[in-house]
Order: sequence, then structure tokens, then C-alpha cells
Amino acid sequence: MHYDVPSLERGVSIEMNAKTAAENTGPAIQFQHVTYSLSSSVPRTIVNDICLSVASGQTLVLLGRSGSGKTTLLKLINSLLVPTAGQVIVRGRATTDWDPIRLRRGIGYVIQDAGLFPHFTVAQNIALIPSLERWDATRTAARVDELLSLVGLEPAEYCNRRPHQLSGGQRQRVGVARALAADPPILLMDEPFGALDPVTRAELQREFSALARRLGKTIVFVTHDVREALLLASRIILLESGRIIADATPQGFLRIDHPEVQAFTACLTPLPGASA
Amino acid sequence: MTPWTFFLEHRAEILEATADHLTLVIIAMVFAIAIGVPLGMLIVHRPTLRNLALGLASIFQTIPSLALFGFLIPIPFIGGIGRRTAIVALVLYALLPILRNTYVGLTGIDPAVLEAAEAMGMTQSQILWRVRLPLARAVILAGIRTATIITIGVATIAAAIGAGGLGTFIFRGVAMVSDAVILAGAIPAALLAIAADLLLGLLERRLKIA
Repeated sequence: MHYDVPSLERGVSIEMNAKTAAENTGPAIQFQHVTYSLSSSVPRTIVNDICLSVASGQTLVLLGRSGSGKTTLLKLINSLLVPTAGQVIVRGRATTDWDPIRLRRGIGYVIQDAGLFPHFTVAQNIALIPSLERWDATRTAARVDELLSLVGLEPAEYCNRRPHQLSGGQRQRVGVARALAADPPILLMDEPFGALDPVTRAELQREFSALARRLGKTIVFVTHDVREALLLASRIILLESGRIIADATPQGFLRIDHPEVQAFTACLTPLPGASA
Repeated sequence: MTPWTFFLEHRAEILEATADHLTLVIIAMVFAIAIGVPLGMLIVHRPTLRNLALGLASIFQTIPSLALFGFLIPIPFIGGIGRRTAIVALVLYALLPILRNTYVGLTGIDPAVLEAAEAMGMTQSQILWRVRLPLARAVILAGIRTATIITIGVATIAAAIGAGGLGTFIFRGVAMVSDAVILAGAIPAALLAIAADLLLGLLERRLKIA
């Protein structure tokens, strides 16, 4: 096997695709007075009257403690959950008006445990949506190679491995490649680096930050790690009990005078004994 | 007469009974799989049908086998004395392990995998055929293995209602108070069960995903 196309060139072709997607006018995602409640015996409101507009090409980080409603917000975007009240507009259309299958094929999704199919090889995992969309074999194979290089895995070496033969970081890289397979304009990420060891996590964060800038996709990223938020975000939204309590750029976020914001920024103070 | 000489003298007859026994088991298993696996797939998203199907199957499993044969004899069309009644009873007996393992296999999949599948825009039927079934096949086969072993055992009792098979020797041996005749049925039946267990166990390990 030989790979005579330099990986840089492949990166460029992806960049071009992404640019046309980013140039779409109007917000990519809009929440209009969205409420989501669980209708159990004791109704519980998870997300409360959220209004929010995400511009195309923005990397929006939803920050918050566990149970603040950030994952719920994410799942409302690709219609894994349906709003109890209000509506979520994705690419100009309410999620309830979309065929959920078509909507989701245009939205990449990366989760904490990667959720790779254990009975598929790495290549088959990445080629899932192309195969559902009936791409021909040549195009699919080229796309798989391109994506593996993009996420920093040597195609010849990793194509035929199974998920259990990968490290946690490698699995997550494949998860990102799989989400990008059909070149969706929107990417949703739910604590994708949360289960990794700190060194691997930092590595993937840096690489993903560069990748995100290059791809120019609309990204909604859920995390409870304020460092990660500051590194990746072009905009940070802090959630508490299902409501937005801060909406700022990373620089602006550090100056907000709200107890919950300060609870998060307090995590940034250097450890005792670390040289200033 | 030692069991060995009895065996040698009646080997053609024993072989024929073993073949009959195996046929009985195979026919019953084909029906049980043909009903149990699709039904197990059907009940994944249908809770009412699920409770009904699993409930009924466990009732059949609970009824003592000889009693189940007895219940079936008076029923028109499927009942009466002979192989047909025996096969119906064996199918009902084999149903629970197959149905339950199919359901458990299809639903006991890592939720992250199912969430990813749904979020990537797979339809429920694509998720069933491309994700759930391939991941559940080892568990489903384990159910088929259990059911096969149960069926080989219960089929010996089917001789009591005239279905033939290795049970014939056992019942005859009990009536004649002859160990040799009993063993001529019991040993091949036990070997059949052990062989089925080993063979299906081997297949199960090959289907397992690391």
C-alpha cells in the first residue's frame, strides 16, 4: 500500500468544503424559548426558556456542572430530545419539521465513550454514514484515509483495527473522524475528551483546537472543564439549573462578576507551590 | 446380559432411535428458532407484547414436561398421540431460552453505541440489523444452545406419548427392570446432549466480539 498524496493537500480539500458551509447566511442553530421537562410523576424542568442563537462557524462551548442541562441542550439540536415548549431551529427549519434521520445525517456527533461499533473495524466505523448514503467504494475508501490522516492516525496502520485494539485517545480520534465523515456543517460534542488521562486529553484538546479553526464548522461543545472551554471556545455559555447565566467570549468570561462564573474560574488558579 | 452385548445386538435399532431422537430435536429447534428469534426482535420496542410473550414462554417452561405432553394430547389438530404433539411441546419448551436471550442480547448493548447510532441518523431498522443483531448474536446463540440441550433431554420423555426416540429404550428398560436396556437409551441421549453443547459452545466463542 502506498499513500503518495501528502496529507497537507488532503487537509486543504476539507477546508474548502467547510468554507462553503460556513458561508451560509443566518444562524446555524437557534433556540427560541426552549423548555424541556421530564414528565415523570414529579415533573422536572431540565432546560428552562432558553433563547440562543449560534452563528455559522462558531465554536460554542456549553459549560456547567453535572445536571445543569448542557447535554440536554445538545440533544435538542439533533432531535434526540424534543422540546416541551418552544422550538429549536437548525439550518432554517424547526427540528420538529425535519425528518430526524435527514437532520442527524447533517450533524456530526461525538460522545465521551466514542460509542464506536465494536463489531466494525476503524474504517467501517468511519464509513458508516457514507455507507448509509450509498457512496461508492472508491470514494468511501479515499474519505476514510483522508479523515484518518486528518485526526493524526496513519491510515495503513489503523484502518483494519477494531475499537478494542485502540487506546482511549485513539478511539476518540476515530470518533471525531466518524462524525466528520459526511462533512456535516454542524458538529456536536458531548465531553469528548472527558474520559481520557490528563496528558492525552491536553494533546487532543490542542490538536482539536487547531482542527476546529481549520474546518470552520459550527461546533457546539459540552464540557464541565473551564480550561477546555477557554482553549476551544469562540463563545462560552455557562448554564446553571437549566438557565443561561453567562454568555461571553473566553476573554470576557474571565471578567464576569457572577458567583457561579467565579466558581468555575477559581478552578484556574495555579496549584499551591507552582511557580507564578 | 451385559449392557455391552445388548448394545451390540441392538445397535441398528439404537442407531435408528438416535436418528429419530435427533430428527425430533432438530424439527423442534427449527420451529423454536423461527418463532423465538423474530419474536425477540419484535418485542424490543413493544413493552406490552414483551410482557405477554415472555410471560407465556415462562409459563410453558414452568409446566413439568410430562404434564405439558398430557395437556396437549386432548387438544384437536395439534394433540393426540405421536410425534406431532411431541414436537409442539418441545417447541413450547425451547421457546423461553431463545426468546429471552434474543431480547436480552438485543437490549443489553452499550448505551453509548446505541446513542451514537441514533445520533448519526440510522433508522431503527438499520440499528436493529446492523448494530443490535451482530452484537447480540453470541447471546442469542447461547440461548439456542441452552434450548437445544433442554430439548434433547425433554425429547426422551416424548417416548411416553409415542413419539419414539431414545426415550423408548429408557421406558422399556424401566418396565423390564433391565439396566442394559435403560443405558441403551440413556447413554446415547447423554452423548447427544454433550456433543450439542460442545459444538454450539465452539460456535458461540467464534461469534463473540472481543
